[in-house]
Amino acid sequence: MNQPAQVKAATCRDAPVLKERGQREVFCGLTGIIWLHRKMQDAFFLVVGSRTCAHLLQSAAGVMIFAEPRFGTAILEEGDLAGMADAHDELDREVGKLLSRRPDIRQLFLVGSCPSEVIKLDLARAAERLTQVHAPHVRVLNYSGSGIETTFTQGEDACLASMVPVLPGTEARELLLVGALPDVVEDQAVGLLSKMGIGPIRVLPAHRSAEAPGVGENTVFACLQPFLGDTAAALERRGARMIQAPFPFGEEGTTLWLRAIADEFGVDDATFEAVTAAPRARARTAIANASEHLRGKTIFFMPDSQLEIPLARFLVRECGMEAVEIGQPYIHKGLVGPDLDLIPEGPTISEGQDVDLQLDRVRAARPDLTVCGLGLANPLEAEGLTTKWAIELVFTPVHFYDQAGDLAGLFSRPIRRREILRLEVAE
Amino acid sequence: MKLTVWTYEGPPHVGAMRVATAMKGLHYVLHAPQGDTYADLLFTMIERRNHRPPVTYTTFEGRDLGEDTAGIFKKTCQEAYDRFRPQALIVGASCTAELIQDDPGGLAETMDIPVPVVALELPSYQRKENFGTDETFYQLVKALAGPVEKTPEVTANLIGPLALGFRHRDDIEEVKGLLYEMGIGINVVAPFDATPQDMTRLGAAHVNILMYPEHAETAARHMERTLGIPYTKTVPIGVGATHDFVAEVARICGVQPKKDLSRLRQPWWSKSVDSTYLTGKRVFLFGDATHVTTAARIARDEMGFEVVGLGCYNREFARSVRALGKEFGVEALITDDYLEVEKAIEDAAPEMILGTQMERHIGKRLGIPCAVISAPVHVQDFPARYSPQMGWEGANVIFDTWIHPLVMGLEEHLLAMFREDFEFHDEAGPSHHGGHAPKPVGAEQAGLAADAEAGAEVRISGKMKDAEEEVPTGTGSDVMVWLADAERELKKIPFFVRGKAKRNTEKFAAERGVTEISVDTLYEAKAHFAR
Repeated sequence: MNQPAQVKAATCRDAPVLKERGQREVFCGLTGIIWLHRKMQDAFFLVVGSRTCAHLLQSAAGVMIFAEPRFGTAILEEGDLAGMADAHDELDREVGKLLSRRPDIRQLFLVGSCPSEVIKLDLARAAERLTQVHAPHVRVLNYSGSGIETTFTQGEDACLASMVPVLPGTEARELLLVGALPDVVEDQAVGLLSKMGIGPIRVLPAHRSAEAPGVGENTVFACLQPFLGDTAAALERRGARMIQAPFPFGEEGTTLWLRAIADEFGVDDATFEAVTAAPRARARTAIANASEHLRGKTIFFMPDSQLEIPLARFLVRECGMEAVEIGQPYIHKGLVGPDLDLIPEGPTISEGQDVDLQLDRVRAARPDLTVCGLGLANPLEAEGLTTKWAIELVFTPVHFYDQAGDLAGLFSRPIRRREILRLEVAE
Repeated sequence: MKLTVWTYEGPPHVGAMRVATAMKGLHYVLHAPQGDTYADLLFTMIERRNHRPPVTYTTFEGRDLGEDTAGIFKKTCQEAYDRFRPQALIVGASCTAELIQDDPGGLAETMDIPVPVVALELPSYQRKENFGTDETFYQLVKALAGPVEKTPEVTANLIGPLALGFRHRDDIEEVKGLLYEMGIGINVVAPFDATPQDMTRLGAAHVNILMYPEHAETAARHMERTLGIPYTKTVPIGVGATHDFVAEVARICGVQPKKDLSRLRQPWWSKSVDSTYLTGKRVFLFGDATHVTTAARIARDEMGFEVVGLGCYNREFARSVRALGKEFGVEALITDDYLEVEKAIEDAAPEMILGTQMERHIGKRLGIPCAVISAPVHVQDFPARYSPQMGWEGANVIFDTWIHPLVMGLEEHLLAMFREDFEFHDEAGPSHHGGHAPKPVGAEQAGLAADAEAGAEVRISGKMKDAEEEVPTGTGSDVMVWLADAERELKKIPFFVRGKAKRNTEKFAAERGVTEISVDTLYEAKAHFAR
C-alpha cells in the first residue's frame, strides 16, 4: 500500500534480439543421442540417414563407439532412394535384425535425419507399424534430429517430446523433473527436494522404460535444461503445469530454482533454509575459489546449446564477468525469461548465426574468453584469443550446488592456462 | 539400408574437404544443411589445424526447402568469393543437397566469378571418402594443369598428401630427402600446401611421385595421358620398398640411385638378438590398401613375423589386396564392416594386430597388442614429433611403433623364469604398460591407474583389494572411516578422478580432525579444493 514504487533496473528481458541467418557452425540434433543413450539404459537409437550421419555420430562419440553402443545408423543406399515402399521393407528388415540381436532393448527410437526428411520417408508411420509388430516387448517411437529442423540439444527436446504422448496417465500430484542429467547430479536434486518433504518426484527421461513417469492434470514439472520448449509444450497439452524459474546453475540459480518448487509445494522458510544453508555455503566457497581469474573479464558466447543465457547469468552475477554478446541458436523466452530478468542490460543478445559476421564481431571486441564450438576454438586461439569449447558444458556435470565450483572452473581454466604458459608463440 | 555403427570412411564430400583444407588459396562452397559443419572439427581438433577449413556451407533449413535453395547457394557462393578471394573455387553438394538436385556446378557457371570454378560430382549414396579425395584432386588437376615447359633440371611432383592424412606431413619431408640424394628437385607438392596457381605448373615436372594411390591415382594417370609424365608405382614404406622406390625413380629419371643410409637403424635393430623373440609372431593386418600392402612386406621380410590375416576397407583396391592375400597364403578380407573384421581377428587369433583406430579398440577388447598403420586414426596419431612412415626414418619409426606394444624379449624371458612370482607373473603383462596388461579393469583399479598416471605413488602388491571390502586406512594414530552413504557417493564420481577425490577428502578430514567421512565432508572438501 504505502510502499515506495519499485523501480526495476533494466534487464536483458526486453533487450532487442539481434536475429541472423546465414552459415551456422553448429551440430544437428542427432548429437543428442550421444548422451541420451547413456541415460536411457534400455533404449536404442536408430538413425535413418546417410553415411554423413554415421560419420557425425562417430566423430562426436569418440571412443564410446566401442562400449557396445546402443545407437547406429541405417545408411540409405541408392536402392532406398528409388522407391518408397522398398525403403519401409528395408527398414523393417534392419529393425528385425537389430531387435533379435539385442533382446535387452525395450524402446527403439527411429531418428529422422536430413536425408530421410527430404525424401519424406514417413518414420512416424514406420514407428507405429513396428510397434505393432514388436509389441509388447518393444515400443518404437520416432523423432527428428535432422539439421534442417534441429540444433544440437534440440535433439533431446525432440526425443523427450516424442515420449510425452505415450506416457501413462495419472491423477497423482507429482513433481516431474524434465531433462537428462548425469546421475550424480540428478540424485543431488532429488535429495535436496526430498529433504524438504517434496514428493513423489519422477524424472523424464527415466533410466528404464518400465520406470516412465505418469502425467496428468495434477502434475507439475520443472525443466532442468533451457532447451526443452517442445517437451514443455507437450506436457502442458497433457494438463501438466510448468514451474517457472531460472535454471539451476551456480548458487543463486540453484537456490531460485529450488525456491520456486518449494513455494509450489508450500515448504516453509525455516525448512528451506535448513536444507539449503550448508550446500549454499559450500557452493559459494567453491565459486569464490574457482572464479578469481574470471572477475572483471569479458566473455562472448557463440550459439551452440541454448545454455548460453543461463550460463551468462551465472558468470555475470556470481563470477563478476562482463558479457559482450550472448548468442543462442534459438531463444525460448518462456524458458529463459527468468534468467534474462537477472542479467543487467548491456550485452548483445543474438539468435541464430551468420558465422563470418559473428566472427568479425568477436575480433572487434577481443573478449577475454570466447565460448564456441570445436571447429572454431583452435583457429581463434591461433589468433591470440582465449576460448572455452562449448560442448563440454553439455557433457560435464555442471548443475546444482556441488557442481557450481566445477562450472566456474571450466571457464577459469583456459584463462589461467593462458596466464601460466610462457611460450614464444610462433604465429 | 545397412545398419552401421562405425564407418571406416566418411562421405565423399569429406574427402573433398580434405583436399580443400590441404591447399591454400582454394575455397569450397558446399551445398549442405545445418550440422554438416561437424566435419570442421576433424581438421581443427584431430589434426590440430590453426585455421578453419576453407569451406563455406549454405546451411539451408527446413523452411528453405521447396523455396529458393538454389538462390541460397548462389548468394553463399558470391559472399564466399567476396570475403575470401580465392584463386579458385570448388563447388558441390553434400548427401542431403544431392537429393534436392540444385546442381551447384550449373548454378556457379551462371554467376560472374572471375576465377576457375570446379564442379564436383560426388555420389554420396554409392561412394565414400577416399573416392572423394581422388575425384576432387583429379578434377582440380584436369581443370588447372595444362602443358607447360619442363624444368631444365630433373624435378618431381609429390602427389597425394592431404589434410587428415596419416603421417602425410612427415612423409613429404622424407621423400624430399630421398629425391635430394639423387639430385632430383621438387616441382610441386599437391594437394598439401599447394595453391591453384601451383597446380598450373604440375606439367613442368619429369616424374610424378604417387605417394598415396588412394588419393591421387586418377590424377596420376590423367597426367601421364595428357602431359606425358610417368608416375611411380612403388610406395616407399619399409626398407625393401624404399630401395625399390629409389631404383624406380632412378630408372625413370635416368639418374644414379644414390642413397644415404647413415641414419637407417631398423635392419640392425631387427637383426640384434633382442629381436629374436619377434620371430614368427602371428600378425593380422587391416587398413587402407596402400598401408596394408606395404606393412605386409615389412612384417614378413623385415620383422620376421607371420602374416595370418590381411584385408582392406576400400573396395577400390580389392583386386590388388586379394592378390596380396594369395601371395601370403591367406584369404584377403575386403569389408567396411568392423564386426566382420573383429570376427576375422578372433578366428585368426593373432598375437598382434596392425590396423586402424578401430582395430586398436578391437585389440583392446580382445586383449591383443595393436599398433596403428593406417587411417582412420585418432588425435594421438597426429603427433608433434617427426614420425614419418616412408623412407629410412619411416622404417626406424615403424620398428619402434610395432614392437612397443609387445613384451620385450628380455622381459618375456624374465616372465618365463619367474612365472610363479607374486608381483611378476604372466598376468602382470609388460612393464611398459604400467603394470596394466589388457584385462577387465575394475573401476577401483582404474581409479588407481589414473592416480598412477597423475604421478601419485600407488603400489599395487599382490591381489587388488576389492572396493567393497574397504578397510579403514590407518595413518599413525588416527583412523579414517567412510560412512556407507559417503562411499556410495564416492562411487558416483567418474573413476578417473575418484582416487583424487578420495585422497583430497581424507586429507581435508585429517586436517580438521574429522574421523568419520560423510557425504557432506566429501562435498566440503570438494568446495575447499575447487580451483
